[in-house]
This record gives sequence, structure tokens and C-alpha cells, in this order.
Amino acid sequence: MAENNRAVVKLKERFADALLETKEFRGEVTVTVKKEKVLEVLKCLKEDLKYDFLVDVTAVDYLGQEPRFMVVYQLTSIPNKDKIRVKAPVTEEDCFIDSATALWNSADWLEREVYDLMGIKFVNHPNLVRILMTDDWVGHPLRKDYPVQGPDREPYKGRLS
Amino acid sequence: MGVNQPLGDNIITTSLDSLVNWARKSSIWPMTFGLACCAIEMMATGAAKHDLDRFGIIFRASPRQSDCIIIAGTVTKKMLPVIQTVYEQMPEPKWVVAMGACACSGGIFDTYSVVQGIDEALPVDVYIPGCPPRPEALLFGLMKLQDKIANEKNTFGSSIGLGDRLEPAA
Amino acid sequence: MSTEIMTLNMGPQHPSTHGVLRLVVELDGEVIQKITPHIGYLHRGVEKLSEHRTYHQTIPLTDRLDYLAPMSNNLGYVLAVEKLLGIEIPERAKTVRIIMSELTRLKSHLVWIACHALDIGAMTVFLYAFREREKVMDIYEKVSGARMTSNYYRVGGLSRELYDGFERDVKDVVDTFPGCFDTYEGLLTKNTIWLQRTVGNGVISAEDAINYGISGPALRGSGVDFDLRRDIPYSGYEEYDFKVPVGENCDTFDRYKCRLVEMREAVKIIDQALKKLKPGPVLADAPQVCYPPKESVYNSIEGLIHHFKIASEGFPVPEGEVYQGIEAPKGELGYYVVSDGSNRPYRMRIRPPSFVNLSAIEKMAKGSMLADLVAVIGTLDIVLGEIDR
Repeated sequence: MAENNRAVVKLKERFADALLETKEFRGEVTVTVKKEKVLEVLKCLKEDLKYDFLVDVTAVDYLGQEPRFMVVYQLTSIPNKDKIRVKAPVTEEDCFIDSATALWNSADWLEREVYDLMGIKFVNHPNLVRILMTDDWVGHPLRKDYPVQGPDREPYKGRLS
Repeated sequence: MGVNQPLGDNIITTSLDSLVNWARKSSIWPMTFGLACCAIEMMATGAAKHDLDRFGIIFRASPRQSDCIIIAGTVTKKMLPVIQTVYEQMPEPKWVVAMGACACSGGIFDTYSVVQGIDEALPVDVYIPGCPPRPEALLFGLMKLQDKIANEKNTFGSSIGLGDRLEPAA
Repeated sequence: MSTEIMTLNMGPQHPSTHGVLRLVVELDGEVIQKITPHIGYLHRGVEKLSEHRTYHQTIPLTDRLDYLAPMSNNLGYVLAVEKLLGIEIPERAKTVRIIMSELTRLKSHLVWIACHALDIGAMTVFLYAFREREKVMDIYEKVSGARMTSNYYRVGGLSRELYDGFERDVKDVVDTFPGCFDTYEGLLTKNTIWLQRTVGNGVISAEDAINYGISGPALRGSGVDFDLRRDIPYSGYEEYDFKVPVGENCDTFDRYKCRLVEMREAVKIIDQALKKLKPGPVLADAPQVCYPPKESVYNSIEGLIHHFKIASEGFPVPEGEVYQGIEAPKGELGYYVVSDGSNRPYRMRIRPPSFVNLSAIEKMAKGSMLADLVAVIGTLDIVLGEIDR
């Protein structure tokens, strides 16, 4: 169970007020924290609990729900050989979150990609510009309200998309 | 003189078109220009087993030295201006081969960032279907391009001021 | 005497950038001061497109990510969906997946050594490696019907049974490839030009490598002993016995040696898997997900309707989210799949190893000569289809 996980026990001690939810699904532990505290939680995981490898930063758009976005961090511990997932909700109005570049250099490009495709801003990021799309691109393609074939094309009706 | 003349002191007569087209089709020099998955099959075609060199096809790294561009892969909206620049840098005469479903029509990537076929921007001579096309398919496509070049009428003559360029009979 | 920094544009059309990578390099003489990579020239919107396809229709999209290793991409995706569904796949399917995934590793590393050597000027290796690669391609084609975009794995197993003579063909690879690797090593390992171009080039320390999120052979070349196949096993890798090579000097030459050992180990894993290969079903007994057997489709109306429903509607997947990381030839390839209970992924995030590895290029090449940049790109073993998705 998630409650017995060594990281969850420690986080519950240190960040009782910041923890929104802990969950275990198919053997994977997910910790949801308030976005104001996400950097402190990641720092604790990195330095005290040896989750030293930031695998991925991404975001999910739950259009129609509140809060709309969920920023997802996947961490791996190379010495202890296990994984944990940290999530932080971000609302559409305050569409920003602290950058993890201070902790990991790998967050640089991953956060730029989230900014490019989802439109979530990362505060204190050294170079927050678009990475995959052209600089003059309008909109953020991975948002659910962005049409898959682009806004300027009539979708073709003959297939599933 | 030290120069070996296998034909002796003979004269061979031929038409200008046959001579020029023969020379052009026997030395198609495509750009080394891989975009995506198809580029790997293009490399496999150029490597030991399929050996493009036997057709006189040698990949050139510069557009200034090449006369054919093989669009091998998905063309995105970000990439399209680059392809157009490269195409404009190639000297005449030049031909375009659309290799693979993505270059022909956008393929399975019917999305916001993909150009739905390179023929929206460049005049394509040969379309090669497949995802990606096998090396044999690429060879066949290039042989079709050779056939097309062999049937061109007065393209060289028209460029040096000898009459107009004629459309080949269908 | 005054000196000026010169800015040089490299790519996206450049023979040594392995596709459509663009690097803006600032040079002081020939020494690199700054590198600004520009990517996205092959961004095809796979993640967005997969939200509009059913779970099975997404498999062909994954083929085209890292197009040098299509079956590794398939493997990560189907494992993620199987984890979401909570189904177990039959033993035979597992073993075949391991054989094919390790053949894929060989195929990908053969292209790596071919291009890496070609970039540095050793053309013979290119021709040899592509010759050997054709053998793997032939197996691919006989197994799945396509040379590159295989689309062979299914959620719950494999799309079809193997062909007759598969074991003979794979055995041939197992027997002949180690000799081929000896040839490459004979051409390169003690070659003075190769040594001068690779030893001490592209150095990145273990600490930096972890900090930059580098994974796969590039991480192990820097001395970090971490391989997902051994440390967080998936798909039955825990039953196999193999060594994980680790470098010491953190440079291009050590990464080259690591990948060569990895190729030899892959051959050993294939050999072990061949011995384990027993007859049996290749699709899980999970009728809500897998196609019924062909006899039932042809001979009964229930079977036909069952087949039609799965082909047209797909299958619903329980609500939840999973992350499945696998050790792809390039590094840790991860699929983060979020399901809302419908027949399509609500969100499918691909964690591309090349993307994260490439972000360290400035760290690795700063202060070296411009010509060495080509060696650094080669040693990172990037594939733009995966970087841009």
C-alpha cells in the first residue's frame, strides 16, 4: 500500500499540509502535492530520499475539471532502484508553477516542451521559449481544446480522428 | 598521346536530346537529405546490398552539386521553408522524388504540424508509395525517373536558345 | 589583435546531424563556445494523434518514433497498456518479445556504429554494418511483414504466430554476429584515427550525466551502473543472465566500447531465449481485449461479432494512470498513459531518451573543436523521430 512506502512516510512527516493525495495503482506510487510546495517536495525527494534521476516532466489537460492541468514528475532512484510519481495541480487562471531546473538540468528541455505544447509557465526557468513548434506558433497543441488537424483546417469526416 | 581511343577515328551521330538525356539519366546525383524513417531505407538502398552506385546515383552533400532531391520522410510546417530553400539552391535541371506516404500525402500523420504532401510546395516528378518504401521500390521509382528524363524533349536546347521546350508525348 | 566570435549554422540539412537537427554554434576560432540546438523539425504530433486513436490504432504510431528500433517502441507501449488492464501475457509471447527486442537492439546499434564511423571517416564499417543489418531486417520482414515499421506486438501478446524456420534464422544471427563484431573492433578499436577522434572527446562525469537525465549506454559509459532490464525488470528480463557494461573515462571511446559489449550481450540473451522458446499460445486469454482465434471468426457468428467489435470499437481500459519505462537501445523510453475508462488514451506521454540525452550536448562539446562536435552527435546516438515525436 502507498502508506507503507518509505517516501510517502517521510513526506507525510515533513509536508503534512502540502500533501493532497497519495495513491498506489498497479504498484506505482503517486503523490499529489500543492503546487506552491512542489519544489520543496522534489528537493526532499532528491536529497534525502535519493530519488536522484528526474525521468520526465509532463502535464495532463483535464479540460472541464477544476483545476484544469496536472503537472507530472517521474522520479527514479538509481541507488534504490525504484520509482515515484509526483503530481501538482495547476489552474487555468494561475497557469504557472516553479521550475525544477534549480534541482536538475534535465528539467530545462522537458519544461520547455510542457510550456510549448501545454502552455504552462515555469517560474525561474532560464530560457522559457518554444522548443518544438516555431516561435510564432499560436496556441498550445496538446491542450484538449486544440483541434488535432490544426485550427485552420476543416477536419476530414471520413475517419476516426 | 597516352589516350586510349576505343572507337578509333570514327564519328557517331545522334540527336542532341538523346545525348543530353542519356548523360543526365545516367548520373542522377541526389541530395543526401533524410527527414525521417524513409531516410534509413534510402541509406539501406545506398549501402552494400542494394548499391545505388550501379545506376550512376551518388549522394551529394551539397544542393549546389545535386540535380535530384529525394524527399524521404514527413515534411512538417517548420521544415518546409528549409526544404524550399534547399530546392532553390539546386541548379537546373532538377527533379523531385516524393518517397513514402508522408511525402506523398502526409501519410498517417493528419495533424496540425504536418504538411499534407510535399506537392503543396514543390513540383513532384515521381511518387513512391510505402511506409517506408522498400529499397526495391525506391530503385523502381528512380528508374521511372530515368525513363522520364530519357523522354524529355529539347530541354537542353531551349536553355541555350534553340527553340522551345516540348512536352513529351504521353 | 582583436578576435571575434563567429556564429555557424549547422543543419537542419547537414549530412552529419542524423536527420533534421539544427545546431547554432558559436566559435572562437575552431573552439566551440556555445551550442544552441533547435529541434522540432520533425514534430508530427504523435501524442496528440494518439488521443484520437483507439489503443490498438496507436501501436503503428509508436513504430515511427525511434524508427531504428520499432519493436522496442511497441514493447514499451503495449507493456504500459497491459499494466493498465492488469493482464498477463503467455510465456511464449514474452520470450518472442525478448528475442525481437534484443534483435532490435542489435539493429539499432548497427546503424549507430555505421553512422558514427561514417561521420568520423571510416566508411568500411558503414558498408559492413548495413550488410549485417539486412539479416535482421529479413527476420523482421518474415515475422511481421514489414522491414521497418513492424507493428507486430499487440496488447495481450503478438499479432501472429512465428513463421517456420524462425529459430534457424535467429540461430544464424547468434552464430555469425559475434564474428562480425570482431571485424568492427578490428577496424576501429586500435585504429589511430579512431582513437584520436574518440578518446577524451565528449566527456561528461557520472554526476553530470545523472543531473542531465542521460540514460542508456551514454549513462553507463559515464560509469553509472544502471540498466532497467536488470534493475527494474519488465517483460521477464529477470530470468536472463547478462552483463551490464560500464565505462570509466566517460568519453566517446568508452561509450563505443559499452555499446559493443551490449551488442554481444544482446546476442547472449537471444541465445538464452531461443532455448526457452516453447510452443504455446501467443495471445493472452483475455476475450475483452484480444481477438478471437481465426477458426472461431470464420465458423461462428459470435466469433465474427467479437472480432468486429474489437476491430471497430477497440476495448475499454480501466481508469487510471501508469508509467512504463523500458531500456530501449537509446536509453530509458517511457510511456505514461492516462486512461479515463474509454477506448482511447486520454493522454499518452512518451518519454524520449534521445530528447533528454541531446539536451546535454552543450555540456559535452563545449571547449572542443568543431570537428569533434560530429563525434559527439554520433556518440549520443540520437533519432529525430523520437526527439520531436
